Amino acid sequence: MTSAVTDVAQRPNSGRIFLALLRRDINVARRELPYFLLRTTLQPLLFIVVFGLLLPRMGYVGNAYKAALLPGVLAVSLAFSSVQSVALPMVADFGWTREIEDRLLAPISIELIALEKIVAGVLQGVIAALFVLPIARLIMGPIDGLTATHFALVLFIVLLGATAFSVLGLLMGSLVNPQQIGLMFSVIVAPMIFFGCAYYPWQNLSVFPVMKYAVLINPLVYVAEGMRGVLTPGMPHMDLRAVSGALIVIIALFWTLGLRSFAKRAMG
Amino acid sequence: MTDAAIRTEKLRKVYTTAPPKAGRGAPGIAPDASRAAAERRAGSEVIALESLDLEIRSGEFFGLLGPNGAGKTTTIGICTTRVLPTSGTAIIEGADVRIQPTLVRQRIGVVPQRPNPDSSLNVRENLVFHAAYFGISRSVANARAKALLEKLGIAERAEAKVMQLSGGQQQRLMIARALIHEPRVIFLDEPTVGLDPQARLDLWTILRELHSQGRTIVMTTHYMEEADRLCDRLAIVDQGRLLAIDTPEALKARAPGGTMIELVLDGSGDGLVTEMRGVPGVSSAEAKFEHGSNSVRVYSDRGGEVIAALVTIATVHARSIRDIHLAPPSLETLFISLTGRQLT
Repeated sequence: MTSAVTDVAQRPNSGRIFLALLRRDINVARRELPYFLLRTTLQPLLFIVVFGLLLPRMGYVGNAYKAALLPGVLAVSLAFSSVQSVALPMVADFGWTREIEDRLLAPISIELIALEKIVAGVLQGVIAALFVLPIARLIMGPIDGLTATHFALVLFIVLLGATAFSVLGLLMGSLVNPQQIGLMFSVIVAPMIFFGCAYYPWQNLSVFPVMKYAVLINPLVYVAEGMRGVLTPGMPHMDLRAVSGALIVIIALFWTLGLRSFAKRAMG
Repeated sequence: MTDAAIRTEKLRKVYTTAPPKAGRGAPGIAPDASRAAAERRAGSEVIALESLDLEIRSGEFFGLLGPNGAGKTTTIGICTTRVLPTSGTAIIEGADVRIQPTLVRQRIGVVPQRPNPDSSLNVRENLVFHAAYFGISRSVANARAKALLEKLGIAERAEAKVMQLSGGQQQRLMIARALIHEPRVIFLDEPTVGLDPQARLDLWTILRELHSQGRTIVMTTHYMEEADRLCDRLAIVDQGRLLAIDTPEALKARAPGGTMIELVLDGSGDGLVTEMRGVPGVSSAEAKFEHGSNSVRVYSDRGGEVIAALVTIATVHARSIRDIHLAPPSLETLFISLTGRQLT
C-alpha cells in the first residue's frame, strides 16, 4: 500500500468546516456583489425616489413621511436580501443542479450546514441595509428625528430581522420548486412587502382595524416597526420588547420547519 | 476486526413516493390538483432494496451490476449517508451510516452519476474548497489540488470555469474532488455513462491506478464489459435483490451451458421448442413473449452451428425469423438466465 492511502486523521473539527462553508459563500457573494445589490436594493431605492423625494416635493406627502419611510425601506432591503440570498441558490441546488452535494458530503451535521446558510444570509442582509441607508439618506435629504444614538439596539434589531428572513429563506428554498419561483415572489413576497408596514407605521392601520390585526402574521411588520423604534423613535412604532419577542418566536418556528424541510430535501 | 471495508446486513429501502413535485405546480387547474392530492394521501410504496447483504473487502475493486432501477444508486446513496435506509445496517470503514454519518463521510469519496461541480467556483477552487470542507489546511489543499489536476490531465484547465469543461473533464474533476481528502473508500455511480469511448478508456486507467494504490473502490455500472474488465468481484442485483456475487470469472463459469441464441419470431414459439431441444448440440430451448414480441431462447454447446437447424424448424412451422441474437457465455448470458431479461 502506498502513502496515498494515509490513515485518516482524527475527525476534523466542526467549527473549522463551518468556517470553510461560510468562506465559500462569502467568496461567491463577493464576486456577485454588484448583481446582488442591484437585485435586492434597486426596488427599495426606487421607492425612496418616488415616495421620499418626488411626492414630498410635489406636496402630496409631508416631509414627516420620510421619517416613517426610511426605516421601512431599510427593513425591506434587509429582509429580502436575506431571504433571497438563502432561498434562490437553494431552489436551484435542490431543483436541478445538485451542486450543494459537495457540501452535503462534508463531515459535518446537516444542522450545521443549514445554520451556515443562515449566517451567510444574515451577512448579506446586513450588507444590503448598510448599502441602502446612506443612499436613501442622500436622496431624501434631511430626515426629522433620525438618530444614531441607539447603535446597539439598531444592530440588535438588524440581526434579529436578518435572521428571521434568512430562516424564512431556508424554509422557502427547501420547499419551493424551480417552476414555482416566480409564483413565490408574486404571491408571497410582494404582498409581504406591501402589507409589511414598511411604507406606513403599524399604529396608523387603526383606520382599517381588520387589516391592523391581520398583518401581524407578517414577519416584515416587526422588522419595519423595530427599525422605526431604533432609528426614528419619534414616529409611532411598536414596543421594542414586542418586536423582539415576535421575531424570536418567528425565528424559532421557521428554523424548526426550515431545518426539517432542508434535511428532507438533503437526504436524496 | 475484520478486513471488511463495507458490510451491509438486511439493508432495505422503501420509498413512499409522493407524486412528482412538478405536478403540484399547476395552480388554477383544480381537477389535477385534487387528483394529485388524493394520490399523495393514498401513497404508493416502491421497494428499492430488499434485504441486501454485502461484504466488500478492504482494497477490493467491487462492482454493482444491474439494470436501471435495480437498486444500485440507492445502495450507493445509503453507503454514502445520502439516503436513509428503511431498515438494516450499513457499516463503512467501521462507522455506521445511521449512527455516525459524519465519520462515514470523512472516510469516503463519492463520484456522482451526473457531475455536479460547484459552478460558482473555478476548477481549482472546487478542489481547494472541498478539501476545506474536510478540515484540510489551505497549503496542503493547494498542493494536493495541483497534483490531482496534473494526474487527471486537466491541469491546464485549473483556472477555467467548470461549465467550460467537457463532460469527460467534468467527470475527472469529480474524481479529483472525491480524492482530495484521501479517502479509503471511493464510490462511483455509473462513472462512464455519457463518456465517449476514449474518455471511458482513460477513466478505466485512472480507476485501475487508484485500485493499485490500495483503495477500496465500489462502482455501479450496467456495462458488462466494464464490470468484467475492472472488478475483482461483482454483485449482480436486480429489483432490489442480490442475485449473485463472485469474481467475474466464477460468475461467467456459472453462465448456463454454451452460447445463447435468441430467435425473434413473427408468432408464438411454443410449438417449436420441443423439436429444437432435439437438435444435436442444443442444451435447452424456451419460448418467450416479451415487450410484445415472440422469441425462442436456445442454449447451444456448439456455438452458432445449430442455427441452420433452428431456422429450418421455424420455417417448417411457418414462422418467419425477424432477428437473431447470438451471445457466447458471458456475464450477459448469466444475467439473462438469472433474471429472464436483458441488461440494457
